[in-house]
Amino acid sequence: MAAEASSPAAPAAGTSGGRRDGLWLLIIWIGLSIIACLLVALVWGPHMPPGAQSESAASQQKDITVLAVIATPVIIGVLLYFGWAIAFWRQKPGDETDAAPVHGNTKLQTTWITLTSAIVLSLAVYGTYELIAPAGAGAGEGPQPIWKPAGTVAQTSFNCQSPTAAPTWKPGTSNILQVQVIGQQWAWTYRYPQFGCFETTELVLPVGVPVQFNVTSLDVIHSFWPYQLGVKADANPGVNNVAYTTPQHVGQFTVRCDELCGIWHGAMFDYGKVLSDSDFMSWAQSTQTSLASVTKILPPYALTYDPTVLAKVGKVNEDLGLTSAGGGYYNPADPEQP
Amino acid sequence: MSLPARVTTLVIAFLAVVAGGIFFALQYVGAQPPVEDYTSAASNGQVNVTLMTTPETTISDRPDWVSYFIKNPSSGQFVHTTYFKVPANTQVNITILGYDGCTPLRNPIWGHVTGTFTQTGQKNAEDVQIFDGKALSAVTPMSTMDSWADCSVQHTFAIPGLGLNVPVASPPTEKENNALCALGPCVGATADEGNAPHSVVTFSFRTPKNGGTFRWQCFVPCGGGYVDGNGGPMATLGYMMGQMEVQA
Repeated sequence: MAAEASSPAAPAAGTSGGRRDGLWLLIIWIGLSIIACLLVALVWGPHMPPGAQSESAASQQKDITVLAVIATPVIIGVLLYFGWAIAFWRQKPGDETDAAPVHGNTKLQTTWITLTSAIVLSLAVYGTYELIAPAGAGAGEGPQPIWKPAGTVAQTSFNCQSPTAAPTWKPGTSNILQVQVIGQQWAWTYRYPQFGCFETTELVLPVGVPVQFNVTSLDVIHSFWPYQLGVKADANPGVNNVAYTTPQHVGQFTVRCDELCGIWHGAMFDYGKVLSDSDFMSWAQSTQTSLASVTKILPPYALTYDPTVLAKVGKVNEDLGLTSAGGGYYNPADPEQP
Repeated sequence: MSLPARVTTLVIAFLAVVAGGIFFALQYVGAQPPVEDYTSAASNGQVNVTLMTTPETTISDRPDWVSYFIKNPSSGQFVHTTYFKVPANTQVNITILGYDGCTPLRNPIWGHVTGTFTQTGQKNAEDVQIFDGKALSAVTPMSTMDSWADCSVQHTFAIPGLGLNVPVASPPTEKENNALCALGPCVGATADEGNAPHSVVTFSFRTPKNGGTFRWQCFVPCGGGYVDGNGGPMATLGYMMGQMEVQA
């Protein structure tokens, strides 16, 4: 501020130029900013993360591009001013006089505060809007999501009694495809309740239709992060965290855990696929059939699972006192502390 | 003290701290269990690897932890490690001697065998035999085990990077589960030392052509007493997790 207040309106003592310097700075800044903003928006923008494989990813890519375009003139202005000051306003050898004293410059201060406030408030409004549209922007919205894909209805009861029952979802309907994401140390599994409730280690989605992820965990906190889809939702034990997206392009994407969850956290990743509608239906129905024997031993489909309670306990397990899964949750009475 | 002497002292002190830090990192943080090298044991495109699970690890400083052991291909002795090396593009025939008792899986999906084949060519299956303390049962191919309804699974051997998951069968009866080996490794002649009820699980898979390092782990949270059963032996190298190095 002090440096800006002293120039170009009041150039430092011993410098030449004054308003001419300010004019040149303005012209160069505008020229460079226009060129750089066009380059950022048109050349760099389409390559910004996370890409455009889904509607939410494309929205995030647009947001990052908009922020970069807004930031570009600011960065250029700062660097240009620094360069100009170093090149033209540097102290002459032997000149030990002070620069011109800076007093309150009401005009400059008003302009500065107004401009920065406008930018920040505009970004706040823009950011809030983008967080809502489309459908929560791919973020986990908790168990009762507010922002949902328009025109969709979430099926609430599923036929999991028969693992080979006919699918209750098909493309082109308002019935949104639901995929349950289950985190556990250290792998993701995915359950498809509309296809007999089968569970698999593969995440496969159809292109062009909205998907509802129901994210939960069986142990510690994980974070479901299919990076290229622009989705991120924490997986908390005992909580159903809902996130939405609509894949836009066929292809592969990476699923990572984004919450430090133990020694193999870094290895907790896999790859998902977006297929055409017909390929997805073919995959889902063949997987439903091939995993029918496994689906039979899964617990009844629920939005969360409690490992301290087994849905069925065999007699030998019961006699051995094994009535929870893998030791259950952490018991404070256990002698060894972590 | 002169300026050069002070600078020299500072540099030496700095280097000593850096060296100490590197030593600590290598010695403690970067330490890993020994690697059992099976690359020279392969023949005709196959290699046989033997592992063991035990309910206790009495040869370690954590005698009450469950653990895997791996047989040294040269000496035949079971070594307390979970690291092994096999050649690329090779059929790995795994035998797991399962000396631990059963535990319900937290997610029953891990009771399903994937990524393997048996000696008879059955895909996504394992061959199971049970030693009840007296005799070894006949071989039974298994593809899915319900660990909630039956006392059937003690641990798993899973290599997520290869899509491989094998539930390690357990002795199925209450009597057998109350007469488990009390040592680790279980190699003695008496019941307490190793001649105890256990399972013999065999399966095969192929290593990738290009090699690489693949982590493997147990999906039963068997670290009793720790957060969600996933601390202790589940979070310490050399117990219930390890790495398979595939040498191209």
